[in-house]
Amino acid sequence: MTTLKMPVSSRDHILGDEDAPITLLEYGDYECPHCGAAHPVVKALLQRYPDDVRYIFRHFPLTQIHPHAEAAAETAEFADSYDRFWEMHNLIFENQDRLSIPFLFSAAESLGLSVERLQQALRSGEFSRRVRQDFLSGVRSGVNGTPSFFINGERHNGSYAFTDLSEAIENQLELASRRAA
Amino acid sequence: MAVLSPGTTAPDFTLRVTPDQNLSLKELLGRSIVLAFYPADWSPVCGDQMALYNEVLPEFQRHGAEIAGISVDGAWCHAAYAKHNHIHFPLLADFEPKGEVAKKYGAYRSKEGVCERALFVIDEEGKIFWSYCSPIAVNPGAEGILEALEDLSKKKKGNTHDNLENASQLERPHTGR
Repeated sequence: MTTLKMPVSSRDHILGDEDAPITLLEYGDYECPHCGAAHPVVKALLQRYPDDVRYIFRHFPLTQIHPHAEAAAETAEFADSYDRFWEMHNLIFENQDRLSIPFLFSAAESLGLSVERLQQALRSGEFSRRVRQDFLSGVRSGVNGTPSFFINGERHNGSYAFTDLSEAIENQLELASRRAA
Repeated sequence: MAVLSPGTTAPDFTLRVTPDQNLSLKELLGRSIVLAFYPADWSPVCGDQMALYNEVLPEFQRHGAEIAGISVDGAWCHAAYAKHNHIHFPLLADFEPKGEVAKKYGAYRSKEGVCERALFVIDEEGKIFWSYCSPIAVNPGAEGILEALEDLSKKKKGNTHDNLENASQLERPHTGR
C-alpha cells in the first residue's frame, strides 16, 4: 500500500538532474494549504541537494473541497504544452491565497500564453484526463491526502518539514552510496 | 474488539441517512457495498477520508459498488458536513442507540465512544468479502477497497465462467464426442 504504483516516466514533470540518485515525488493539490506550505520546503531541498535530488509533481486535486484545484491543475498542464509547466506551478503555489479562475488567466497572460486557448482548454476539459490519471495513480499508491511524498518509490511517512524530508533523503543517499561501493 | 471477518454475513441495520429518511442494508443488497466506519465528521479537511472517497466515487461506481459512511454523528451533523464538503454518497448516523451498528461489526471504540476506521466490502448477497481496520489516526485511503472490489468482480466473472464450462460439459453428449 505504500509504494509507488505508476513508475516515473517521460510523462512526468521532472525538475532537476535526470540521473539524480534520489527521486522526490509529490502528489499535491494547488489549493491545499499544506501543499502550499510544502512548496518552499521542496525548493530548499532542491537547493540543498542540486546534484542528488530530482523532483516530480503529480496532481491530486480534491475537487469537492477545493473548488479551484482542478482548474489550477489543468492550467499547469496547459502551460506544460508550451514547456512552461514549472513556471506556472510556481506562480500558482506562490499566489495560493488568491487562487481563482481570473488569477489563472492572468498567470497565463504573464507567461505570454493565450488566455483564449486556456479558456478553451478548461471548457473542453482537454487536460482533465491527464490530471485524473495522476490522481488515480496516487489512489492506487495509497495516497490518502495531500501532500504525499515518495522518495525513490517509497512512501515518506514523516512530515513535510525540511528536517524530516532531508533526513529521509540523506538515508536514501547513504543506501545508494553503500550499494555503489 | 476485532472487526467482522470475510465470510461473515453482514449484520442488517436501519439507520437515519437524512433527518427524515432511513436507509437499510437490505435496500442496498444486489450490488457490491462499501461500508466505511469513521470516527467523526469535521476532521481536518485535506487528509479527510470521506473527502477522498468522494473523489474516488466514479471508480467505486465503475465496479457497480455503492458506498456509505457511518459514524456516531447525528443526521443533522452529517447533513451539515455533507453539504460543506459536497459529499455525494450517504452518511449514516449510528446515533441512537449510540454505536449499536458499529458494535455489531466489531468497529466501535467504547473508550472514546466513536467508530473505528474500519472498512467492509460486502457482496451482492450480503456476505462480507473483505474487511480492514486501520489505526484510528491513519486514513486508510482507497487502494484496499479498490483492490477488494476488483477481486470481487474477478470472483464473480470466475463463477460465471465456471457455470459456462459446466454448461458446455452438459452439452457435450449431444455433440457426439
